[in-house]
Amino acid sequence: MADFFFNTTLGAILLIIGQIFLIVIPLLLALAFLMYADRKIWASVQLRRGPNVVGVYGLLQSFADFGKYIVKEIVVPAGADRPVFFMAPMVSLVMALVAWAVIPFNDGWVLSDINVAILFVFAVSSLEVYGVIMGGWASNSKYPFLGSLRSAAQMISYEVSIGLIIIGVIISTGSMNFSGIVAAQDSNYGLLSWYWLPHFPMLILFFISALAETNRPPFDLPEAESELVAGYQVEYSSTPFLLFMIGELVAVVLMCALISLMFFGGWLSPIPGLPDGIFWMIAKMGLVFFFFSLIKAITPRYRYDQLMRLGWKVFLPFSLFWVVFVAFAAKFEWFWGIYARYTVGG
Amino acid sequence: MSVFAFYLFAISVITGGLFTVISRNPVHSVLWLILSFLSAAGLFVMLNAEFVAMLLIIVYVGAVAVLFLFVVMMLDVDFAELKAEMAKYMPLGLLIVLIVLMQFVMAYGAWDASAAADGLRSQVVTDEVQNTAALGLILYDEYFLLFQLSGLILLVAMIGAIVLTLRHRGDVKRQDVVAQMMRDPKLAMKLNDVKPGQGLQ
Repeated sequence: MADFFFNTTLGAILLIIGQIFLIVIPLLLALAFLMYADRKIWASVQLRRGPNVVGVYGLLQSFADFGKYIVKEIVVPAGADRPVFFMAPMVSLVMALVAWAVIPFNDGWVLSDINVAILFVFAVSSLEVYGVIMGGWASNSKYPFLGSLRSAAQMISYEVSIGLIIIGVIISTGSMNFSGIVAAQDSNYGLLSWYWLPHFPMLILFFISALAETNRPPFDLPEAESELVAGYQVEYSSTPFLLFMIGELVAVVLMCALISLMFFGGWLSPIPGLPDGIFWMIAKMGLVFFFFSLIKAITPRYRYDQLMRLGWKVFLPFSLFWVVFVAFAAKFEWFWGIYARYTVGG
Repeated sequence: MSVFAFYLFAISVITGGLFTVISRNPVHSVLWLILSFLSAAGLFVMLNAEFVAMLLIIVYVGAVAVLFLFVVMMLDVDFAELKAEMAKYMPLGLLIVLIVLMQFVMAYGAWDASAAADGLRSQVVTDEVQNTAALGLILYDEYFLLFQLSGLILLVAMIGAIVLTLRHRGDVKRQDVVAQMMRDPKLAMKLNDVKPGQGLQ
């Protein structure tokens, strides 16, 4: 049996498909409850109850919504470009899911352990913008088009600063592999040796850029309900709309995973002596997601020109300066060498 | 397995390129072009050039093609006129294709691979150094000056583009961010105590 899986082509393909399901199915199940948690946190801040009818404490609300979306009618606007119209939500969801191929959940628990993992995630997340543009354009309607232009410009702008922040982490580590990045944060000091301490300003910048990149409030301008109805998703209904929603949420959870891997040591235990493991990774992702939800509840929406100004005139110069600073700090081992944690190369 | 992957990527590069040219809708053309880029990235991965593949996706698909798409979506193109133009230039285009094809055939026919080529094709760096690190070593150590110069050329091009398109318009009200942030409720708002039945004035 083992021989079939490890030595034949068909076996290898089956093994990979099995691994993919092992990642995607728990992820999508977790997503249902994260959606619920998101709404509950939002409701708690506003002193509401939130979803509490379907299932115990409303736990099955997301599944009810899922069923509702599935059975609704798919409406295609007149004059829409049908192939592109239906491809857009698929691109959105698939691109969000593909990036998980290189995310490790524990030491060695990764589908594809490639050298350029962090670049792969960056490349795939730069493709997510196509779902937005295609959806807006193919709808053949003004509001989705305006919404998609806004959204695309916003995503491209913040990708630049995300890229520069990632470069800082890469310089510190000397590796683009997530396992390498986590291994570089391992030491006897527990949570004090993680990158959030030396790269603290970049942690804040990355968090805010992640909000903008995933179109989350306070930067949910493409969906600005008060002016644009729902941005590029206006003409979508039923399952295609559901795919957009899931794609967006998967991208948010991906950002949570990236933040915990790059700045909070992934699966490493915060207290020296406690065992490392996947539960730390999940706990850290949950904590970051909690902050994402909290931000949604407590911040007012940005104006579009403020958003662009923040991205290009504040984040970009600061992260560019930080790259130069980290390069010097790593080269000359300033601050007791906390910026130089090479495990490979160097 | 890898042969299958190679043919998959190679065929989709060519299909993408073909449909980029023959699509009626320019937006579809750009989307086919993106397919072509992505498949080319796949070919790079198969050549163990994963860093170049990722750069191709990030730079071309993630940035350049998005700009293409923006421009093409904004354009108001008359497709009938475009078709007529295409028919007019078709013979010339075919002639150029023919000439280029002949040149390729002649070059390939005259090309005699050296016996030592196989040896030269192998890695220029040792196995311990990763692909990306090796690129960095060569780029920043051996070709440092050229790298800096190409950066300078790009900087000059960027400044040139900005200078060419920058216009100061006097009739547009500009936003002063500092002034906006410095405003406080005392200056911005006036509270009036309106008596019932009287109104202001």
